[in-house]
Amino acid sequence: MSQTSHTPAAGGDHPRPAGAVQGPQRRPRLAAYPSLLAMPALALLIAAMGYPLLTVTLRSFSDPAWGLQNYFWFFSTPVNVTVLWRTFSIAAWVTIVCVIAAYPYAYLMTAVGPRMRLVLILCVLVPFWVSGVVRTLAWVILLQDSGIINSVIRLLGFDGVKLIRTQTGVVIGMAQVLLPFMILPLYSVMRGIDLRLVQAARSLGARPARAFLQIYLPLSLPGVFAGAIIVFILSLGFYITPALLGGPRSTMLSTLVQSQVLSLLNWGRGGAMGVVLLVATFVLLALAAPLMRQRHKQASRS
Amino acid sequence: MRQAPFRILLGLFCLLVAVWLVMPTLVIIPMSFNEKKSLAFPPSGFSWQWYENFFTNPDWLSSFFNSLRVAGLVAVAATLIGTLASLGLSRMKHSGAGLLRAILITPMIVPGVVLAIGIYAVYLDYQLVGTTTGFVIAHTMLAIPFVIIAVSASLEVFDVRLETAAASLGADRFTTFRTVTLPLIAPGILSGLLFAFVTSFDEIIVALFITSPYLKTLPVQIFTSITRDADPTVTAVGTIIFIATTLIISAGLIISSKSTRS
Repeated sequence: MSQTSHTPAAGGDHPRPAGAVQGPQRRPRLAAYPSLLAMPALALLIAAMGYPLLTVTLRSFSDPAWGLQNYFWFFSTPVNVTVLWRTFSIAAWVTIVCVIAAYPYAYLMTAVGPRMRLVLILCVLVPFWVSGVVRTLAWVILLQDSGIINSVIRLLGFDGVKLIRTQTGVVIGMAQVLLPFMILPLYSVMRGIDLRLVQAARSLGARPARAFLQIYLPLSLPGVFAGAIIVFILSLGFYITPALLGGPRSTMLSTLVQSQVLSLLNWGRGGAMGVVLLVATFVLLALAAPLMRQRHKQASRS
Repeated sequence: MRQAPFRILLGLFCLLVAVWLVMPTLVIIPMSFNEKKSLAFPPSGFSWQWYENFFTNPDWLSSFFNSLRVAGLVAVAATLIGTLASLGLSRMKHSGAGLLRAILITPMIVPGVVLAIGIYAVYLDYQLVGTTTGFVIAHTMLAIPFVIIAVSASLEVFDVRLETAAASLGADRFTTFRTVTLPLIAPGILSGLLFAFVTSFDEIIVALFITSPYLKTLPVQIFTSITRDADPTVTAVGTIIFIATTLIISAGLIISSKSTRS
């Protein structure tokens, strides 16, 4: 990182190591423009993501006729607005559940010995070892009316709870899939917190709760923000889990997009919904990016 | 630092979270030996029939081999293109590098269904629906961000002065890359390769749109079999994937711990 001989502007006339000078002419030229190495990736991205997204956007304005009618339709149909609202509310619930579950877990990861830490990390990674669709099936098995969770609840003497095909079920399943995305950034921030600061607060007479609230919590917030924004954004686009665990009353926006395009062959309306989802994602990201950067700076300064 | 009751509460809470994380993976295993054709828990009896079904049913087998083929091609293509991009990004010193990196990892956050309908629309025009080429292009695009992240992480700790040293000793650029840079960033490239393979092998949303009766990948087959009938073969497939992954990861850990020791 300390050496800067590859700056494109300076590459041409920068003094080169002896061996490179004797090399063929074209090699230094490629080295002078390192961004060329990223061009195949960029080209593929434009062909396989940029062009398709552009197509979707164009169709949302042009299918069946040019104009904004698909967007007017989207925002004036109560069902759509309900689903849009529900998508955001499910994403918010999933984020809240993830924060509550991940915070103590990530803290414990920093507080235990190396062997116990390995076990805790394994528990976070094991879910990735089985394909996403299979894991969703596992949630169907767990959440169904005759499933394990309901058996345990009945064993404890309570009435069974309806979990499958409900919003609660969808949130439980989605939060489990997304929990690692919350735990890992939180852990990496918490690992860097100097615990002596908390000890200092305690030695100055702060109660444990106060030392936590005033010292530890603010220092860990960058991790909470980073994890929460990732979880929220990924939740907005979820498709498989709500499709398998949810019922008609927990449909999310992705399912509506899918049914407009595949079942109704209405590319204009489906496209408009897709664009709404896309814009929501990027607006959130744009709002969160400066916030996260600022918090990171604060954390590294202190 | 904190009182004992608090620690016990914390431990219990985290145990619950750990169970929540792991349970869905583990519940699959006993279900795969179910005697009855049902997904009700607990399973009754013991039989290998769902494994047998997986290895004899042409639907399951062909989708499995399709996935292996697509994921293998994607792993190679994405690792090549992604490693090149990471090398380029790490050598770019001006502000464009950050922007370019951000653009290249956007496939990770674009909502899957929106991307899927776009790709479907384009593929309908170019007759790529249900083709291996179509799957490989889409999945490579989705896998490149993971390769870039993995390779960039090892490039970040790579000491560029080693390249200068090799060059000053008379090695040309290619020799320098092959004998100095490549071996040092190999772990990053390898984990990128694995991530790319898994990304493709596991990808379902785009696959559901661009699939055809002639070319189904394993996740598509799993999804249709879950939605059509409660076929316990899915649990056998899940168990096989789980055990295969466990073996591969253990092997990787053993190899990497040996290589760091020597």
